[in-house]
Amino acid sequence: MARYEYGGDEFIFVELSEEMSLEVNFQAMAITEELRKENQPGIVDICPSNASYMVRFDPDKIHPDELIAKLKDLEQTVSINDFEISARIVDVPILFDDPWTNEALMRFRDRHQDPTSTDLEYAARINGFESKEELIKAITDSPYLVSMIGFVPGLPWCYQMVPREQQIEVPKYVRPRTFTPERAFGFGGAFAVIYPVQGAGGYQLFGTSATPIFEKDQRSYDFKDSMTFPRQGDVFRYRSITLEEYEEIRKQVEEGTFRYLTKDITFTPKTVLEDPKGFSEDVLRRLYA
Amino acid sequence: MIHVIHPGLQTTIQDGGRIGFYEVGMPPSGAMDKYSYAVSNLLVGNNENASTLEITYLGPTLEFKVDTVIALTGGDIPPKINGELVPMWETLEIKAGDQLSFDFVKSGARVYLAIAGGIDVPQIMGSRSTYTLCGIGGLEGRSLQAGDKLEIGTDNERTPIVGARIEDKYIPTFTKKHEIRVVLGLCSYRLTEESKERFFAIDWLVTPEANRVGYRFSGERLNFVDREQPFGAGSNPSNVVDLGYPIGSIQVPDGVEPIALLNDAVTGGGYATIATIISSDLNKMGQIKTNESVRFVSVSIDEALAARKVVKNQLEEIKQQLNR
Repeated sequence: MARYEYGGDEFIFVELSEEMSLEVNFQAMAITEELRKENQPGIVDICPSNASYMVRFDPDKIHPDELIAKLKDLEQTVSINDFEISARIVDVPILFDDPWTNEALMRFRDRHQDPTSTDLEYAARINGFESKEELIKAITDSPYLVSMIGFVPGLPWCYQMVPREQQIEVPKYVRPRTFTPERAFGFGGAFAVIYPVQGAGGYQLFGTSATPIFEKDQRSYDFKDSMTFPRQGDVFRYRSITLEEYEEIRKQVEEGTFRYLTKDITFTPKTVLEDPKGFSEDVLRRLYA
Repeated sequence: MIHVIHPGLQTTIQDGGRIGFYEVGMPPSGAMDKYSYAVSNLLVGNNENASTLEITYLGPTLEFKVDTVIALTGGDIPPKINGELVPMWETLEIKAGDQLSFDFVKSGARVYLAIAGGIDVPQIMGSRSTYTLCGIGGLEGRSLQAGDKLEIGTDNERTPIVGARIEDKYIPTFTKKHEIRVVLGLCSYRLTEESKERFFAIDWLVTPEANRVGYRFSGERLNFVDREQPFGAGSNPSNVVDLGYPIGSIQVPDGVEPIALLNDAVTGGGYATIATIISSDLNKMGQIKTNESVRFVSVSIDEALAARKVVKNQLEEIKQQLNR
């Protein structure tokens, strides 16, 4: 049962489900897209999130109860069965177990569940992997749905498109770190993220992205239209790279010549939900064709 | 042009905020006390979204290089022109060469300095507000520094009347004990009934972590209802599947020290939110200092909307009086 809640006098928060699933994320995406299309006066922001969504509105233009009635109506009428997602498949190169991230996470061992191992070793162990290499393989084998954007500008929450029993799940730090390096690749709950800018954070840290998520001066190709790169509905494939490739990509980023490898894709929730493995293989084939 | 001689503790350029980009994780920034901000612009004849200086705790020293008109509103941080105390909430004349400085804060936390025309810095995503975490907006995305030079803009729409003053009944006063109205909800079902009651029953102390991002309070531990954590949420009972945070929402990581998220806060995350400060009381939050105390008061959505209307009507009345 969805819950409709007032977030003060300017927000409505709708929790579609307490637990995460691909279905519920597609539902949040479908409802918010329909709401966006209707272009209702008084709506300021439409923020789809993982298993919920939020709408910021101007109560001088629309009464919150009128908006809630509208949203409940959408919950009844919008179905993910006739919803199509047009998005990008993106190759996201990650240097796992890198020296900079390790240096940062070792500074905060007193805030971690297991002060004696690294975040990768800990996450591998509690998810039943023999080694951190096996965990990295599982992270990089199947692509992720960008299920929510936020925290700070551009941060993508990414949910792997695999059946529930194959999902990797890790706790967040016992107490959040006060420092996380820019572009750190983290994992918390069932979500992978890349931190766009340096700052606080509570996710387990596994590596660093070679490529930017946020670019305030908007000088490279992928940031022409926006300071932030990820969009909800994108399909990200995290690819493990060597230090040599990392340095090569960093050089391109710094010169402003880097471009993400992307392919356009249109897909339905049904194709993903019925055959995640088949979808995943199709995504990788298209991306690297 | 205005020269910054001393920057003060944290002086930033702020306007009505960067609105409409919450979905990509961009917080609004903008003036923390929107009421005082709006009145300062009205007093100098600016349009309602002109950029002002938001002055925090300890005021700057500024030298004006041109004749202009200014107004100061907000908390009581007594302003001085060339060393002489001048009134707040009044349109003041400035001559080229005048120096504006401040005494120590008496009450409140933030002062708004409006200059006829506003401050001319580039608009980023429709706003001149400073967002320091990402280094955007304002002057190079940062607080003012000694040696900075501020250009005056053209955001004025009326000729201000020097000496125009806001009636006392429209001037808020700030004490050290505050009542902040909230609408309970969001994920408040996660708190035990007893903790929900305690949240409204005690005086919360504002910790040193109190800034544009948010305010952290100390008081007592709050407890969450026992449950098996839903898939994807993380293991702490205060964790939920990561969701959006309304501006003004309150969360209690691990049940310890509630945090109210404000203008420069994160837009989402994995902690259960339990209530949201109503828009009219966000103005009041912006005038609260470390070591002061806050009592949260639960109100209905209709009371929140009525309070919002009161603020709106007050600003309308002030506008009409100044236009007479």
